[in-house]
Amino acid sequence: MGNGTLTKTDNFKSWFMDKLLMGMSWPEYSRKLITPFNIVAAIILCIGIPLLVIRFIYGLSTVTHASHDYPWGILLGWGLFGGVPLSATGFVMGTAYYIFGFKGYKPLVRLGILAGFMGYLFAVIYLLTDIGRPWRIYYPMIMGFGTASVLFLVAWHVATYLTVQFLEFSEAILEWIKSKRVYRWATMIVIGMTIAGIILSTLHQSALGALFLLAPGKLHPLWYSSYLPIFFLSSSIYAAMAMVIVISTLIAKYVKHAADSNFLGNLDRLTVGLGKGACIGMFVYFALKVVGIAHDNNWYLLGTPYGNWFIVEMLAFIVMPAIVLTYGVKKNNAGIVRFGAFYAVLGVIVNRINVSIIAFNWNLPNHLHHIIPPWQEFAIVAAIATIHILIFRWIINRMPVVREDLEYKEFH
Amino acid sequence: MDENFKGPAAEEQQEHTENKIDKGSALKLSRRGFLGSIAAAGSIALVGSYKDASASKNFSGWPDRYGCLTDLTACVGCRSCEKACNEVNKLPMPDISFEDGSVFKGKRRPTEKSYTVVNQYKNPKDESSPIYRKVQCNHCNEPACASACPIHAYTKTPEGAVIYDPDKCFGCRYCMIACPFYVPAYDYNSAFEPKIVKCTMCYETRLKSGSMTACAEACPTGTITFGKRKDLIKLARKKIIEKPDRYIDHIYGEHEAGGTGWMYISGIPFEQLDFPVNLPKKPLIEETKGFLGAVPVVFTVWPAFFGMVYAALRHRDNLDKENKNHNDKKEAK
Repeated sequence: MGNGTLTKTDNFKSWFMDKLLMGMSWPEYSRKLITPFNIVAAIILCIGIPLLVIRFIYGLSTVTHASHDYPWGILLGWGLFGGVPLSATGFVMGTAYYIFGFKGYKPLVRLGILAGFMGYLFAVIYLLTDIGRPWRIYYPMIMGFGTASVLFLVAWHVATYLTVQFLEFSEAILEWIKSKRVYRWATMIVIGMTIAGIILSTLHQSALGALFLLAPGKLHPLWYSSYLPIFFLSSSIYAAMAMVIVISTLIAKYVKHAADSNFLGNLDRLTVGLGKGACIGMFVYFALKVVGIAHDNNWYLLGTPYGNWFIVEMLAFIVMPAIVLTYGVKKNNAGIVRFGAFYAVLGVIVNRINVSIIAFNWNLPNHLHHIIPPWQEFAIVAAIATIHILIFRWIINRMPVVREDLEYKEFH
Repeated sequence: MDENFKGPAAEEQQEHTENKIDKGSALKLSRRGFLGSIAAAGSIALVGSYKDASASKNFSGWPDRYGCLTDLTACVGCRSCEKACNEVNKLPMPDISFEDGSVFKGKRRPTEKSYTVVNQYKNPKDESSPIYRKVQCNHCNEPACASACPIHAYTKTPEGAVIYDPDKCFGCRYCMIACPFYVPAYDYNSAFEPKIVKCTMCYETRLKSGSMTACAEACPTGTITFGKRKDLIKLARKKIIEKPDRYIDHIYGEHEAGGTGWMYISGIPFEQLDFPVNLPKKPLIEETKGFLGAVPVVFTVWPAFFGMVYAALRHRDNLDKENKNHNDKKEAK
């Protein structure tokens, strides 16, 4: 073996250890992997991944309830309709920082963009699991243009926005692999990409709501409204702020070693600031929802069982978290704001599940019985969500997301 | 991206090109049209006359489209239509044979194995003679399934059939969400070639060559009348006027969801037979037009607006810096 090869191998080995094993050797690294969290994650994956394989070999009927009346289940209700508003983080943080000049939020911008990118990526993964022939996913771009379809718009926008978010996040990847020349190009396009992100997000967040405009006979009138696109867009904005609080809280607690003092030291102050934005967003959204009922004059429906559930959504999942957030902001207490943020995120998920599952087909007999998914579908959702978290943590541990790379400080 | 925000406009252009085409050559073209390329649509927009432009707004469906009228007072539940449909369309044999009356115990719906089913309902006027309702695709004038499809796998043919092309479909099942009549079924059991299954109005097997649908031909009681939609409406009116005691004064499908090719007359209110009665009279695509119309506005106004905000804030930053430099210099002096 020549000397040159040896050096090359050594270089690769040190690169591998440095970049992928976070400076540890294999035995060290694998020992560190055995944690309670990882063991639970492994169990979930051991159940979910075989089910995923079964779904692709034997068809959707083996893992979903495969209903002709209920074509969309929790794979989309949770993964797409719940996941996308919580992934507005990239667009909201990018806009606040790059366009509106909220420079103080810098420690959270990259985290927001990563959360957005990962959220969209996984929304697509849920979608690929759910659609019948996922290998044709590019068909709306080539095979036929259903220009009258809202889903056509969603398909194009999610595809483009995923690319845009990847480009936005590429800064962090390039810093990780210590590229300088490409890095300069990447920083040059950031404003353009941010504005592209605003356009695409505005349109497809609202488009997810507009999807249901085509089913006025099926969606309960309290949730069906010509304002659906605006409801979905406005709730995604506060959902994003709450989600940044949620993710940063989890990182500060469980992946603390990956964060720098700039991130950890400013977190409480920024959390309260985001909480303020989120509670304003929630009151705006609440007002819009009330306008929605008034517009269709649906007050009389509030006394029905679905109306009661609607009131629960409005009070327990919009007003209550908004009050908690407001109280936390007033008291300047990051802990209360964090609790309010978790609560608000839950509220957004409840709303999306309501629109896509609970209030959809409400007039069919035995409706509430039909919407309970089989355990296999739950297990697949749990597995995909676990992979999402594991990859997220993998990136946070390695790339400069919640810490600054000092070599690149001059560029910022 | 271009295709995207030009969407609704291109759609309308496409409509009036179709309107010009005579029936014979338009057989393969869809109602909402396959948008081959934006360039083609653009050139049509340039050369199309103003007369056609107004036609696109007023296009109310192919003039000679066919449909069926189901007289629910005549059906005896023999399921001959189900059997004929099964044979003509080469569908798998049903779980319960066509002669077995036990099938009426539950309510069925079209599935991946059957384009049409007949359900039994209690007759409030006469307990001893139940009412039967045949369910199949209603072949809407402006089908919500076709408006929903992002790949244009659905076509409303000039003959009136709404047909589906499995070679284009990627299985999102938004058409099933959109269909107000719960018609399209999905072949969930197939892992590699799952597809939507629904009534085709016997398009390939019979309609194209000018024959009536298999179910209409097989019906021994004259429940199903096949014909041009405009003639069927006249026939339905005539029947209702002649026998006001036998029928309620409502042709289901004349206006529901923008009107359907398959229409019904009944002796009891339609909601008692599980027909959706909460549908708008407008085609369902009208509900999304406002949203789709806003798309190009966002594409053009947003960059200008947010670009301006960015520019304004930078401008102020620069002013602040200049002022600071100026003040620093003053102090230095």
